[in-house]
Amino acid sequence: MSAEAVEEVAPVLTAQGVTKQFGGLTAVNNVDFEVHEREIVGLIGPNGAGKTTFFNCLTGMVVPTKGLITFRDKQIFGPAPAWRSALLRREHDAHSADRITQIGLARTFQNIRLFPNMTVLENVIVGRHCRTSEGLLSAIGRGPRFHRTEREVRERSRELLAFVGIKRQDDELARNLPYGDQRRLEIARALATDPGLLLLDEPTAGMNPNETRDTMELVKRIRDLGLAVIVIEHDMKFIFNLCDRVAVLVQGQKLVEGTPTEVQGDPRVVEAYLGSPAAGEDES
Amino acid sequence: MISNLTDRLKQSAARTRESLRTVIRPRTRPLLGAAVVVLVIASVMPWAVSGVGYTTTFSGDLADAGLGGHRLYLLLVALLAATALAPQGNRRRIATISAISAVVITFFLFYKLWKTGGGSGAVGVGAWVAVVGTLALVLVADAMEASPPPRLPGFPAPVDLALLVAGIGGLLYAVVIGLNIDDEREFLSFAVFVGCAVAVMGAFGVTETFSRAFNRYRYVGYALSLVAAVAFPFTQNGNAVWMAVFARVGVFAAAAIGLNVVVGLAGLLDLGYIAFFGIGGYVSALFSNAIFTTVHVHLPFVLVLFMGAAAAGFFGVIVGAPTLRLRGDYLAIVTLGFGEIFRIVAINWPELTRGPNGIAGIPDLEIFGFNFGRPHDALGVPLPYQANYYFLDIVLIVFVMVVFARLNDSRIGRAWVAIREDEVAARAMGINTVAMKLLAFAIGATLAGGAGTINVHIGRAIEPNAYQFIFSALLLAAVVLGGMGTVPGAVLGATLLYAIPEKLRFVQDYRLFLFGLVLVLLMRFRPEGLIPSQRRQREFHDADSGADALGGPAEVATA
Repeated sequence: MSAEAVEEVAPVLTAQGVTKQFGGLTAVNNVDFEVHEREIVGLIGPNGAGKTTFFNCLTGMVVPTKGLITFRDKQIFGPAPAWRSALLRREHDAHSADRITQIGLARTFQNIRLFPNMTVLENVIVGRHCRTSEGLLSAIGRGPRFHRTEREVRERSRELLAFVGIKRQDDELARNLPYGDQRRLEIARALATDPGLLLLDEPTAGMNPNETRDTMELVKRIRDLGLAVIVIEHDMKFIFNLCDRVAVLVQGQKLVEGTPTEVQGDPRVVEAYLGSPAAGEDES
Repeated sequence: MISNLTDRLKQSAARTRESLRTVIRPRTRPLLGAAVVVLVIASVMPWAVSGVGYTTTFSGDLADAGLGGHRLYLLLVALLAATALAPQGNRRRIATISAISAVVITFFLFYKLWKTGGGSGAVGVGAWVAVVGTLALVLVADAMEASPPPRLPGFPAPVDLALLVAGIGGLLYAVVIGLNIDDEREFLSFAVFVGCAVAVMGAFGVTETFSRAFNRYRYVGYALSLVAAVAFPFTQNGNAVWMAVFARVGVFAAAAIGLNVVVGLAGLLDLGYIAFFGIGGYVSALFSNAIFTTVHVHLPFVLVLFMGAAAAGFFGVIVGAPTLRLRGDYLAIVTLGFGEIFRIVAINWPELTRGPNGIAGIPDLEIFGFNFGRPHDALGVPLPYQANYYFLDIVLIVFVMVVFARLNDSRIGRAWVAIREDEVAARAMGINTVAMKLLAFAIGATLAGGAGTINVHIGRAIEPNAYQFIFSALLLAAVVLGGMGTVPGAVLGATLLYAIPEKLRFVQDYRLFLFGLVLVLLMRFRPEGLIPSQRRQREFHDADSGADALGGPAEVATA
């Protein structure tokens, strides 16, 4: 592995032994994973390998069965201290999804989940929610602070729209955007939460080659902002051209991890995608 | 066999309809004109036979030739139908709406004449002619082609402002006229005409222009509405009947706006809302030295108002905190249960609430030495004491409106919309969905509690059965009817649902049935409510008009 070069930089996200079981099915099995500052990591694997479930574990959309996840030395998920597990009868401390976003992980969804009946700008503004704190009294009283915050939120959101390259009108409904713009809007919305780590779940699904190329540029520019990025993707060309490091997940387990070249040449990866000749013969 | 027969009947009916359409379609304009002329003639002919049955009780004798009573409204509806001849406007919609209105007016009166007079002998020639004209109008309307309503261009400021004045003034005028019509049936015809007129204006794009003008000059619009609301008691010449009704309506409207925070903004279904209204009511009844109070403490009303609101908000949090973590319909079920628990506790706790007897003899309000129980003279017009409560309602509504509007347009309001749209994505964006929903729920409860404290002073008594489930359902119906997520919608809905039954006493037995019917029709034809919020309007209709709706008024004006 390309250990030395990467290890120098502090890890943003560390996951150790993350496991998620749904009843008898183990969707994610004892996965160790690390992302460093300003790193783009690809997560690939055949359908049903547990990539999205792993994402959900990281972002708190599902609670892992066991493991330890830390973000910039802050524990997101892990074993609870003895007194707390005795008191609350809970073996693990887990943060809710909104808390995790506040801590600094933002994500997009495999099947786009925008707020379809909100406008383009509003979608991004909602992303600023966790970085602003205007409460009930401020909203009703409308002091100068309220107006200043509103203005700043709007400006920042417009900047982000420009950054991801959406040139549509601000007041257009999100659901009326073309597909590629919807994907970009989802990224802008995630960026609005000021994340340290961005998790992209199949950002180029359904895109044409041009749009895919634009997205690749966009991810690189996001990295240049100082963010770390994890990308799930089936488009191998996209992954191998973009990522600093690639991890392969097969049947819930991490099979291989390394630079794109290493992963590309690994026979086990080819086997996982295409099935080994031997296994094929066994089945037939 | 039977289904075969009904199928054949349906087919032949469809064939007949189609052939009628093909005959009429090329000649809609002359036929429409003819129908209008027939209706106009009918409306000045005698409808009743003198001395038999239902001839006269109200403005104008139906047995005489000339205008009077229902016939005036039929004439006006016929004239509205004639506007379908105009080159612009959605002609099919105009014709359909005026046809439906004409059917309601004509056949309702026809039936009444027939029934009270004991047969066709009591029905005058005018009624027969009107039936012919109405049927012709129906057939023509059915054959007409639909056309999109025109989008009027953006107008300069004076036109917009004039439109606002005319619209709000017209509304006040219509209300005053309507309330002065003593005959219930004639009022129904009048209401049908008003509804028809508004709908026809909609078909010409006038209502849309009005709402655009209202949005542009929002503060002018609200100020004018406030002036109209304040002016209303001065039109009643000291008559207390309608002031009493509208004092009640005002409280319910304030509560409806509060419910709209919960339902319209946060998208939570609260079926026990009336309980929070009742909690405020009991707090108010207990602490204002009522004759039958069980707590012999008299606190100033301003304090009681806050206490009632706080108590209701407290229970809102108690009920909401455990249930709002769950998804979907659990909240509806729990709130439904809570509403019943509140009522049953109130019945079974006589030491505090005096049980089913309730607490009577609640004194009139006194705020800073101003006694609400005394009639006053203002600008030379005598105002009954109920007007005092009406004005207090207005203050309350203005406050609730400000809370509503400002929350809606803030970080919190956007979070509510996001939760309504996609709860999972909202959480992924860092929104604490449970806290936000609880906030909405508590605000709604608090506002209801505040309104409830005023309500018992108007009624001067409180009893548990005034807080049954059906009243929660009515408030919810008011919100849905008026338009979820808008203030004017909630006010309009509450006014219609509470004031119209007072006017139409004879429908009271069928009140719930009619509300149900109205709501079903509304869901079919106008799911966004009578006065929709812009967001819901787009939610339901943006797809219809496609991308060009997004261009905004500027683009349309040039097109």
